[in-house]
Amino acid sequence: MSAFRTQTGGRIDRTRKVHFTFDGKTYEGLQGDTLASALLANGVHLLGRSFKYHRPRGILAAGSEEPNALVAVRRDEARYTPNLRATQVEIYDGLQAQSQNRWPSLRWDVGRINDLLSRFFPAGFYYKTFMWPKSAWKSLYEPVIRRAAGIGKSPTLPDPDRYAQRYAHCEVLIVGAGPAGIAAALQAAKTDARVIFCDEQSEMGGSLLSESAVSIDGLSAADWVAQSLVALARNPRVTLLPRTTAFGYFPHNLIGLNERVTEHLAQLPEHCARERLWQVRAGTVLLATGAIERPLVFAGNDRPGVMLAAAARTYLNRYGVRTGSRAVLVTANDAAYQAALDLGAAGVSIAAIVDVRKNPGGELHAAAHRAGIEIFAAGTVLGTRGSLRISGVQIGQVDGSGAVHFKRSIACDLLLMSGGHTPSVHLFSQSRGTLSWNEALESFLPGTPAENQRSIGACRGVYALSAVLEDGAAAIAPQRFTVTATVTSPSGWLGALPRPVDSHGAKAFVDWQHDVTVKDIQLATREGFHSIEHIKRFTTTGMATDQGKTSNLNALAIASDRLQKPIPEIGLTTFRMPFTPTTFGSFAGLSRGDLFDPVRRTPVHPWAAQRGAVFEDVSLWKRARYFPVGDEDMHAAVNRECVAVRSGCGIFDASTLGKIEIVGPDAATFLNRLYVNNWSTLAVGRSRYGILLRDDGFIYDDGVIARTATDRFHVTTTTGGAARVLGMMEDYRQTEWTDLKVWLTSTTEQWSVIAVQGPNSRRVLEGLVTGVDLSAAAMPHMSVARGAIGGVPVLLFRVSFTGELGFEVNVPSTHGQAVWEQIFAAGQAHGITPYGTEAMHVLRAEKGYIIVGQDTDGTVTPDDAGLSWAIGKAKPDFVGKRSLQRPSMQAPERKQLVGLINVGSNVPLNEGAQVVETRAQAVPMTMIGHVTSSYYSAVLGKPIALALIAGGRARMGQRLYIPMPGGELEVQVTAPVFYDLEGARIHA
Amino acid sequence: MMLIQCPWCGKRDENEFVCGGTTHIARPPSAVTDAVWGAYLFFRENPKGVHLERWRHTWGCGQWFNAARHTVTHEILAVYRMSDPVPDLSAGGAAS
Ligand SMILES: [Zn+2]
Repeated sequence: MSAFRTQTGGRIDRTRKVHFTFDGKTYEGLQGDTLASALLANGVHLLGRSFKYHRPRGILAAGSEEPNALVAVRRDEARYTPNLRATQVEIYDGLQAQSQNRWPSLRWDVGRINDLLSRFFPAGFYYKTFMWPKSAWKSLYEPVIRRAAGIGKSPTLPDPDRYAQRYAHCEVLIVGAGPAGIAAALQAAKTDARVIFCDEQSEMGGSLLSESAVSIDGLSAADWVAQSLVALARNPRVTLLPRTTAFGYFPHNLIGLNERVTEHLAQLPEHCARERLWQVRAGTVLLATGAIERPLVFAGNDRPGVMLAAAARTYLNRYGVRTGSRAVLVTANDAAYQAALDLGAAGVSIAAIVDVRKNPGGELHAAAHRAGIEIFAAGTVLGTRGSLRISGVQIGQVDGSGAVHFKRSIACDLLLMSGGHTPSVHLFSQSRGTLSWNEALESFLPGTPAENQRSIGACRGVYALSAVLEDGAAAIAPQRFTVTATVTSPSGWLGALPRPVDSHGAKAFVDWQHDVTVKDIQLATREGFHSIEHIKRFTTTGMATDQGKTSNLNALAIASDRLQKPIPEIGLTTFRMPFTPTTFGSFAGLSRGDLFDPVRRTPVHPWAAQRGAVFEDVSLWKRARYFPVGDEDMHAAVNRECVAVRSGCGIFDASTLGKIEIVGPDAATFLNRLYVNNWSTLAVGRSRYGILLRDDGFIYDDGVIARTATDRFHVTTTTGGAARVLGMMEDYRQTEWTDLKVWLTSTTEQWSVIAVQGPNSRRVLEGLVTGVDLSAAAMPHMSVARGAIGGVPVLLFRVSFTGELGFEVNVPSTHGQAVWEQIFAAGQAHGITPYGTEAMHVLRAEKGYIIVGQDTDGTVTPDDAGLSWAIGKAKPDFVGKRSLQRPSMQAPERKQLVGLINVGSNVPLNEGAQVVETRAQAVPMTMIGHVTSSYYSAVLGKPIALALIAGGRARMGQRLYIPMPGGELEVQVTAPVFYDLEGARIHA
Repeated sequence: MMLIQCPWCGKRDENEFVCGGTTHIARPPSAVTDAVWGAYLFFRENPKGVHLERWRHTWGCGQWFNAARHTVTHEILAVYRMSDPVPDLSAGGAAS
């Protein structure tokens, strides 16, 4: 057993030795140790290098507030977690921990040069650097700074573990299992409330786990905790969640909990989630989050071996670890004396107590005197010595006039400090409760809550143990406790300790994790930053991963002192979730890989997959993009498919089209008010191309709409627009036109849609469809009829998105694949060819049919797209009509849809490429539009493109230019139709 | 995440709803000036306090309704149907 481990006491299991490594070296700890306590038991105090100056750093605290001791824990290549607080990592056999931010080694670190050059890296350095020449920033400063400053690295492989998520509801949620939380939980358990009780530590009990000399109701602190937890665990309505951090407080008492399920285990159990995210909706939330001991700010306060007094006490009493052999205590309150007394009793030599107060007193002060410890009143610390560990401290004293004098140098390997306590109001603040400044306690305390919640115990400034217990119980029902404990008066020190006026040089740290010193904050105030929100951003104080748990109040006090304004006037920065860093895995849960988003497949999907189709994602759908034959690439396959449709017959799965059934006596009126077209004149059995605008006048969606009965319309939408169009329709139906009798039903998944397109399409269907005369006279373009194929009822559209004679067969989805196969079989005699979305895009572009969202972008009117013919001019109103009357919507220089054909090259243009008016313009060029669609047309034997060009329709025949990295391309403006300009084929 | 009282379904998690912005905005007739039409389309108050707004229980019953919500505390003082007048909120309103 190491020299620093006590012989008895503590909550570690001395019979179970645990071996782990730190930076490759093997150490022995005990079951129950944290990485911090186990390393301290081995005499290891140097754990990392600081963020900016690469100064050696040790362990400051014993809990989640630790700003220094950040380590990476590695199980294997994929299970590598950086930036964990060594004070929260439970050790297990085989644990591999690594220090961070050092190179080449922790003891000898090159980045240390930053410390010596620190006058070149003051606060605001990063902001000011941005003003230096851009080129120097990119090539010189950024790479160097990136390597020198920073914290851990990311793992290199995907996370192999599973993360669970669950919702829970309870009447009472208690956060924090210290004395206040336990007292409240015991009372709540007596009611019929469901109780969830969580604590971030491995063991519940909070501060009581570090207590040596108190009793509650006749029991020792440890026994009272144990007995209470047994009672709570037996209650079926109580859920105990240790290792569970309440990281976020969301509106209406929804609390996010992160439970670490397997992090502490040497062997990972199979089929077990690594972490569990709880979303708890609570009737009442009791915050028992305690208080955090505040460091003192003096020169050299960051050396390894400088530690919070309560942390040293925790390491001794809870883990059986002496954190040094010769200690000095610097304190601004009585309570920290207990640490000196406990350590002294455990064999640590207490060299001195430096009390910053002029007249310290009280029970513990007297006990220290009796123990023969030298006490300096009105004391201060002028500096510390040591390199990788503290070796001594220079003590000063403040005389009656306020002047600071050097008093003595004292050798020590441990410097304990206590500046008082800061209540943990993080969750209260997250919940938007208002904080109020308590002058007597020099603390921000919970004021008016915004939720049904209550803060209990030390987090609201109640410190005496009996008061804490009673405060906790009273949140449910009052209860008396019999407590024996030393009563101390809470006091503290805010800001920098007194120091001689001429002291320069040595750094006094305020924010350990971000390396912010007193001078940085003073610089911020000198540069004119007077609000803490600005000071924070300039200095980055409180902006590290610990969110300033140990530093915020000292930073405020230093600013307050410089600006001669009281602390509440400088303000407190807002606390944000998460309370401590929370893994992405926990938030993602099962939403990864295949489960990230639902996948929608059409009934024809298996057929297409078997046929070797290459699929693409269109919103959530998988759509067949092309059907390669043999070793065809996409280009060859698409060319072949396009030619097949134009010369014979193609079959295309259009099932993903959105479909909405609109029914009711006012169905036509509803559509008239919504779409730009006139629907009153549409006869039953006919369809029409409809355009839907938003009320700002811009195209929102389009699609063919058929009237299947006087009071019934079959509306189709774009694939991606189905849900939002139905949403928009419902909005107007429910909130704007409540007078209309009309009902809307999504039928997207009820119908499979099989497009049969090409000059042979009628011949293919003629032998299959029963009950419908397919002749051009009986079934002209844009007509609709009901019939059957193989006994399956179909809704047959004569409609075309290719410009060819074509039909779309709507068939109930359950028969989709069967009917598809029948049509495909019947089409063999006519050269039927399956084609995908890519060929569909080419075919429609050859005809200049737009795709909403590709050829439009939310700023395109029907006229811009060349579609003003669709507007029902006589209609008094429709959505978007008034906006189209604004002068700017009719300006001739608006971007208009045109065609572009290449001049002197045969390479398709890049979609999105910018178009300019003249050759060889200087940068920045004047852009007059952009290419929206571009393809190679096999039928035409040349590339074609659609583009939105300013005043485009007045530019027919004009030459325009497209600057590309490889040189300028020349194009000619044409009408946006390239094939069958007369439109004869569609009426065949 | 708020807990929102759908007038038809009861209390449900905010996840199930979509907010539709300020409510009680009448769509003007076509005859209004460009300025009035522009104000209708684009200009909204952004109050720090009680805001009357539209919500839709999109992943529930699909119905639109109105809510009076405090934009700082998120307290929902009342929910009421689209056709209902603005309720009296002076007494603090109904709890959410
Ligand atoms: Zn509902």
